[in-house]
Amino acid sequence: MNGLGLYVPGCSPIHRLPAGVKLLVLVLVGVSSLFIRGPVAITVAVAIALALYLVAGLGLRLALRQVWPLKWILLFIAAFQWWARGWSSAVDVVGVIVLLVLLAALVTLTTRTSALVDTLITVCRPLRLVGVQPERIGLALALGIRAVPIVAGFSAQIRDAQRARGLTSSPRAFAAPLIVKSLRHADALGEGLAARGLD
Amino acid sequence: MFLRVWVCAGSVPTRSMTREGVTSVTRGVTTLAGMAQGEAGSRGPDATSGAARGLAQVAIFAGIIAALGLLPAVPVPGMPVPITLQTLGVMLAGAVLGARKGALSVLLFLAIVAIGLPLISGGRGGLGVFATPSVGFFLAWPIAAFVIGWLTQRRGAPYSIPWGIGFNVVGGIVVMYAFGLVGIMLVGGLSLPAAVAAVAIFIPGDVIKAVLAALIAAPVHRAYPGLLVPRSASPKAVGPADGAA
Repeated sequence: MNGLGLYVPGCSPIHRLPAGVKLLVLVLVGVSSLFIRGPVAITVAVAIALALYLVAGLGLRLALRQVWPLKWILLFIAAFQWWARGWSSAVDVVGVIVLLVLLAALVTLTTRTSALVDTLITVCRPLRLVGVQPERIGLALALGIRAVPIVAGFSAQIRDAQRARGLTSSPRAFAAPLIVKSLRHADALGEGLAARGLD
Repeated sequence: MFLRVWVCAGSVPTRSMTREGVTSVTRGVTTLAGMAQGEAGSRGPDATSGAARGLAQVAIFAGIIAALGLLPAVPVPGMPVPITLQTLGVMLAGAVLGARKGALSVLLFLAIVAIGLPLISGGRGGLGVFATPSVGFFLAWPIAAFVIGWLTQRRGAPYSIPWGIGFNVVGGIVVMYAFGLVGIMLVGGLSLPAAVAAVAIFIPGDVIKAVLAALIAAPVHRAYPGLLVPRSASPKAVGPADGAA
């Protein structure tokens, strides 16, 4: 699964923390971020987050890459906050977003996908009371992850076939056969699941 | 445990079925009986019943949403930003699979993103995606698919493109932007006009996608009938075309 996921292998203390602990800390920081205000507090908090990247052996470059796609919306928010409420408010709002994106991405980068799936199934255990089977959620995740390369393969086939017939790529001529082909594959997959005793 | 299920799900059904038949004759016989029943049922209008098939459809459609997001963004003449096809997949999930399965497949896709697969358009993924100002849009995706699916199912088969476009606009634009704007206002501390200004650039692309999703859903329902209940058989049928010649 490595190569497909975002996990970066390592053996730092952050890598070795249980997934549940990391997620709990993330939730706690998320809730308490409502109370992180003022340029000093924000700067310290972001500095701690960046230090954690170094502890995890990920480097500041990777940290920057987590926030870079947000540059335009963050710039827009900063400009609006500055205009509406002053520069201190701009630092607060943008700083908290940067902090939470950095920490959430840190959890993803240092936790194996399989560990997160196991944690998700554990968290979903109370849903048994409303008729949801946690094991079914695990199976759905496994099937969904497996479906990504399958459908990507179908889409490559369809594009090749269209190119061979000299068709230009229109989204409509591409997506309709892709979905029909995928639904037929789902029929076969469903029979396979039924054969394994899934009712 | 997770890895075993994963490997298991990837194997070819026919081959492993013979393997199972060899190891356990009794189980093989029950399976065959069940399959024969399923085969007979799959010709009727209730072809969508069956938990196994439903689960497979939900999982495969999560893959379709991912595959559409992996495609490069399409530049459209006269539009400021190229349009990505991922939300097309969200609209199609509702328009093709219906309310419940459509919403579940979008939810499954978001769960796969959350556990660390970079499948959001532009190669983004992980928990960080849900800390961005766009979080309202992501949380609206399953709801949008549900609304589109509910309206599409109410209308029933045959799939109508004009109605389909309307349903896609209601779910894929009205619902989507209602949640998306609230999200961006809360996370970014923006006023409503500022939030609208921040996302307005994407609205033309979403209108194009709402039309495109209906144009795609129509041939899909023609080539793969059984997902929508015929309108004459549906007690909850709506629309002015009822009983029209």
